[in-house]
Amino acid sequence: MAAYKPVVVQACPKLGERITQDTLYWRGYKTPVQIKEFGAINKIDFSPVPPYNYAVTASSRIHIYGRYSQEPIKTFSRFRDAAYCATYRDDGRLLAAGSEDGSICLFDVSGKAPLRQFEGHTKAVHLVGFLSDKYRLFSGGDDYSSNLWDIPSATEITSYSEHTDYVRCGCASKVNADVFITGSYDHTVKLFDARTKSSVMTIEHGHPVESVLLFPSGGLLVSAGGRYVKVWDVLKGGQLLVSLKNHHKTVTCLCLNSSGQRLLSGSLDRHVKIYSTTSYKVVHSFNYATSILSLALSPEDETIVVGMTNGVLNVKHRKPEEKNENSQKKRQPSYRTYVKGRTYMPKQEDFCVSKPVKRVLRKYDKLLRSFQSSKALDAVLEPPIMLHTPEVTVAVMQELHRRGTLRSALAGRDEKQVNLLLTFVARRVIEPRFTSVLVTVADMITDIYQPVVGQSAIVDKQFLKLQEAIGKEIDYQEELLEVLGMMDTLFATFTKKRDTSLEENKSNGVTEIIETNTNY
Amino acid sequence: CRCPRGLRLPWGARAPSAGVTAFPLCRYLLCSSGDFVKVYSVSTEETLRLMGGHADLVTGIQLNPHNHMQLYSSSLDGTIKLWDFMDGIPIKTFTVGSKLLALYALPSAEDLVFAVIPKKGERDTFQLVSVKLTKGAGQDLEGKELSVVLDGVGASMKHIAFGREGAYVVSVKNVTLQVYFFKRKLLNRFSLSTMKTKGGDNRFSCVVCHPTEDCIATGHADGKIRLWRNFHHKKEYTYSTLHWHHDIVMDLAFSMEGTRLLSGGVESVLVQWHNESSCQKDFLPRLGSPIEYISMSSDGALCCTLHTDNRITIINSNLRFSRSIQGLIKSRDVKTGLVVDPRTKALVLNGEPGHLQFYSLQSDQQLFSLDIVQRQYIHQEGLKQSDLVKVAFSAQGTWLATVEESEEVTDPELQLKLWFYHEEAQSFELNTRINTPHDNHITDMCFRDMDGLGDDSLILVTTGRDCVFKVWVMVEDNDPEAHQSVSWSCDFVGSYRNYQATNCCFSEDGSLLAVSFEETVTVWDSLTWDLKCTFCHPPGNIRKICFGRLTCSKYLIGATDYGFLCCWNLLTCALEWSAHLNIVVLQPDPLSEHIAAVSWLSKESSLFVFKPNEPRPIYIQRNLCKEKILLAAFVPRDEPEVITTEKYLWLRKSQLFFLTDTQELMTLSTKSLEERLTPSSKQLAVEESLPVTPFSLLLGKHRRQQAQEDIDLGKPVVHNKQEQASPAVKELLHTPAHVLPSASFLCTIFINSLLISKENKSAEEVADEVEMESEKAEDDSDEEDVTAMEQEESSHMELLGEMTCKLSKSQEKELRKIRKMDYSWISAF
Repeated sequence: MAAYKPVVVQACPKLGERITQDTLYWRGYKTPVQIKEFGAINKIDFSPVPPYNYAVTASSRIHIYGRYSQEPIKTFSRFRDAAYCATYRDDGRLLAAGSEDGSICLFDVSGKAPLRQFEGHTKAVHLVGFLSDKYRLFSGGDDYSSNLWDIPSATEITSYSEHTDYVRCGCASKVNADVFITGSYDHTVKLFDARTKSSVMTIEHGHPVESVLLFPSGGLLVSAGGRYVKVWDVLKGGQLLVSLKNHHKTVTCLCLNSSGQRLLSGSLDRHVKIYSTTSYKVVHSFNYATSILSLALSPEDETIVVGMTNGVLNVKHRKPEEKNENSQKKRQPSYRTYVKGRTYMPKQEDFCVSKPVKRVLRKYDKLLRSFQSSKALDAVLEPPIMLHTPEVTVAVMQELHRRGTLRSALAGRDEKQVNLLLTFVARRVIEPRFTSVLVTVADMITDIYQPVVGQSAIVDKQFLKLQEAIGKEIDYQEELLEVLGMMDTLFATFTKKRDTSLEENKSNGVTEIIETNTNY
Repeated sequence: CRCPRGLRLPWGARAPSAGVTAFPLCRYLLCSSGDFVKVYSVSTEETLRLMGGHADLVTGIQLNPHNHMQLYSSSLDGTIKLWDFMDGIPIKTFTVGSKLLALYALPSAEDLVFAVIPKKGERDTFQLVSVKLTKGAGQDLEGKELSVVLDGVGASMKHIAFGREGAYVVSVKNVTLQVYFFKRKLLNRFSLSTMKTKGGDNRFSCVVCHPTEDCIATGHADGKIRLWRNFHHKKEYTYSTLHWHHDIVMDLAFSMEGTRLLSGGVESVLVQWHNESSCQKDFLPRLGSPIEYISMSSDGALCCTLHTDNRITIINSNLRFSRSIQGLIKSRDVKTGLVVDPRTKALVLNGEPGHLQFYSLQSDQQLFSLDIVQRQYIHQEGLKQSDLVKVAFSAQGTWLATVEESEEVTDPELQLKLWFYHEEAQSFELNTRINTPHDNHITDMCFRDMDGLGDDSLILVTTGRDCVFKVWVMVEDNDPEAHQSVSWSCDFVGSYRNYQATNCCFSEDGSLLAVSFEETVTVWDSLTWDLKCTFCHPPGNIRKICFGRLTCSKYLIGATDYGFLCCWNLLTCALEWSAHLNIVVLQPDPLSEHIAAVSWLSKESSLFVFKPNEPRPIYIQRNLCKEKILLAAFVPRDEPEVITTEKYLWLRKSQLFFLTDTQELMTLSTKSLEERLTPSSKQLAVEESLPVTPFSLLLGKHRRQQAQEDIDLGKPVVHNKQEQASPAVKELLHTPAHVLPSASFLCTIFINSLLISKENKSAEEVADEVEMESEKAEDDSDEEDVTAMEQEESSHMELLGEMTCKLSKSQEKELRKIRKMDYSWISAF
């Protein structure tokens, strides 16, 4: 004897992105704050010490923003021309920036005037950075050279002229105070040791290098240029580990999150992609309004700041962790009561009485089991089910149709219910997975309620809506067929002529044509 | 004899017009099944005995009211047989002379039984007669003393009932109810109005009488139950109506005391009415299929229902489902074809609506029923049901593909489902469901069968009337959170000149796929999906195609609508030979290169078995049966059968089964019916009747220990010994005590039978053995000791036996048989 079989609700695979742990984490930001700067933002740098202010370099100014401030809390504007690459020192007390005229300025964060000025580059300096011993600076300029400076004396220590094009990006090793790398438009990344007179390693990226990054361990190097982000193993002599091609325009900036587990890349294609540094797969991506030039992530991933080409600074703050107080109230019975007797092993002489498992049926199933078609349909037309799980409504309609009682279930409804039904049908009939069932339903409704058309303005309106929806869908399908035809001709010209006359086409997704009669 | 070897098997051939009787002790269930009467054990659901002897359908069975160990059975062959069903022995046969359609026995009538026979000279008119069972010495007796009781009765057993203590008999036919009182010789007739009220149908469908009161319950075609009283009077009779069923009431039954009335119908709900009132009723719903018969056991503790799908359900007195005995379910239309499950070697076909039944041919039992459609089945006239139409297994039986569609012609609701065999759950689990795999009906489906290669080679091909064939492949689901690791998706869609695709078939090595498109067979490369070549034999569409196997793998066989069987050579791409035959079934043997073809020519089916490499068939059986054979399947044998005649050599590895359009399952057998039936039924009889005595317990323990030891020693259990020993033991235990010779005479035989093999033993040991055995026989008290000693002894002897390693007689016989066997097939390699 079989038990009642509940209605099978067709599960449809969810389209779009899958919800993962990463998605949830990276979605946990508030709506962004937009701040307008004077020009394209070429560098954003977070202060490594609390309260984690950040320096934004745009046009001829450097603005320092506090964590939640919308206005700059400090501005350095003593530049004759554009300023570049304002970078904090490890202790957060000094700030260095290059400029268009080739000079490098060193500021005290609390002061206004530059403490030191380093002159030596003949052209614009796009790269400035501190070595990890805090007393030396390195820089790269459009005069193809990269220099090493001594901060106390403001003198040049070494000058390397190994690049053959603009030096635009660089990074210092956190492990070794003498090592820094520079990336250049000559498609190479060079690794320098301050103790030697020339570069110790050259890595061929293949495209003008826009950004480089060293992992905190110093073993892995990430370079971005063109559409590629490439990861290199420095310890193996610069062997390519992985090449990522997830952007469709030039990648302009790179950034690691605080844990080092995720790598972020921003690009001119308006996307920020987040990669896992273990699998190098994209785990999440952000979409922005315009092309991205610079990107920074505050410690603990509290804030994401993105600078755009149109001078807009986009700041996203992390939502505070929600303390779920409801869960506190709804306390489970204490552990001991809950597991009482659970571990009891029956002895041999014990007589076991198994408790029958109570099957929980949904309301519509209960009604269907007792053949109450109309009530079952009512049960699935309730707004929560109808809105959130339309597949349940459709499944019950299909089951009623199978039983041959759909017509009687649809009949005899008042204005409000007919309105509800028609709204549902008009909205969902164009969804391919529901179409076949809902077309039958729509047919029946029109048949049943034809005599009363014109008596209620609301129902009439819904009928018109339904007609409109179906008309639109037919137009859409016609267009799709046209496109399909065009594509077929294209494919036909591409495929080689064969001796045998055979027709074959790979399964093409859109072949369903919705057949409906439009004479309502 | 119509055909000497095409045998009709009793499988699933349970006659629809037969009743069920439950034994008073609730231990046995008797049921007529085709030409046989089956005895089931109620507790184990097993078939205990199969009593054969009637030459035609058994129409009625009744327990002898004067001896509850005996059973009367009537048959269309015009005989009534009296059986001792405990032993399965026919006691007496009474020849009546005309067809018997139903049988009734009364406790009040000493030597009378009642039977329904056709009236002489008139067609479709039947009469109830009483048959006097003459007492005589012989086994075959005449039962020709007939006297007519009632004229114009219904032919079915359900249309006649006898009242309390046999005082009256009730018969219903159409809208009339007749009551005949035996004592007063009075016949009362009551008629219902023929007017169909509210579309209802007043006709009677069944009748039963109250066991203690003067009350008659009748079931009607419109679902009403009427309870008649006061029918002694012609005018002042009364009746009350009970109505729950929405369609015909198929059968009714009163409980022993008459307080409860059970009714059943097409709704497959058993309804229990209390105290003849319509407000008090209980239901047992969803019994699976329409109830045809209801029968109460004589002590009222159990009740059983016989269903249209060849199943008996046993139900407790408190209306709880107890167990069911399930044979081969006969569905109206076997759309899936006969498929053999590679794992269990069971026959797989449509079962209950929406289910797939796995039917074991060896045990005549349903192994299990797999719910494919997974939807509530509603019995209702004119409802479009969705049912299973195609089934395919992968070579290892790990994957099962099913196609279901609704009965609608224009818009079939198609679903393709792929099931994976779950080792732990020991059943198939749904893996992938594909809605609307084709835009029109699916005509054929096959897996690429490749044992050697891994899962990558598994490919499913479906052909549809929407003019395409589709190739489905397994894809790995790389989502780590997904429920399962693989799923199926479409890989390739092929078509040929917009013709409907009708059949598909993979070659043995899986490299080629043949798809027939109406008149043309196309051959595709299964790697690149390129069209390789086409074959055609106009006029006529291709009906069936299959590839040759093993040595004949270069041939492709096709059968066309206009009666041609063609064989194409794939190497030369030319027609090798063709024959003019109207082939309806083409079935290749999976284990050899033989192909069976069944032709249908004006009311007779013929069987041809051939090898593709020669046009001359190796076996022809004309006039196999009168019915049209719709399906056939080769079922691999567990071990190759020894066949001496060359004619039947092709049956060595597998057995051929047929399904006819009357839903009968047949097989081709080289043995006669008796040979096949006797061993099993006799063995059962012995096993069952083995009395539980201290001695048998001892013997059983002894045997068990021995078997245990064999396993412990890591040796294969020597079956030989057991088999040799058993006849003597059985004889000893089975023969009645009063005919046995003296114990001293039997002792040596018995002990010799327990010995393992004479050659291995020295005289001393035998003497020891005898001593011990006799001791044991004398003294039951220290049996523990003896068994322990014996245990040692036997293990010792077995070691000896292994060392000497002499051939026993049966082994010699086996060797001789092997020598005789035909090895001509080797030359083929």
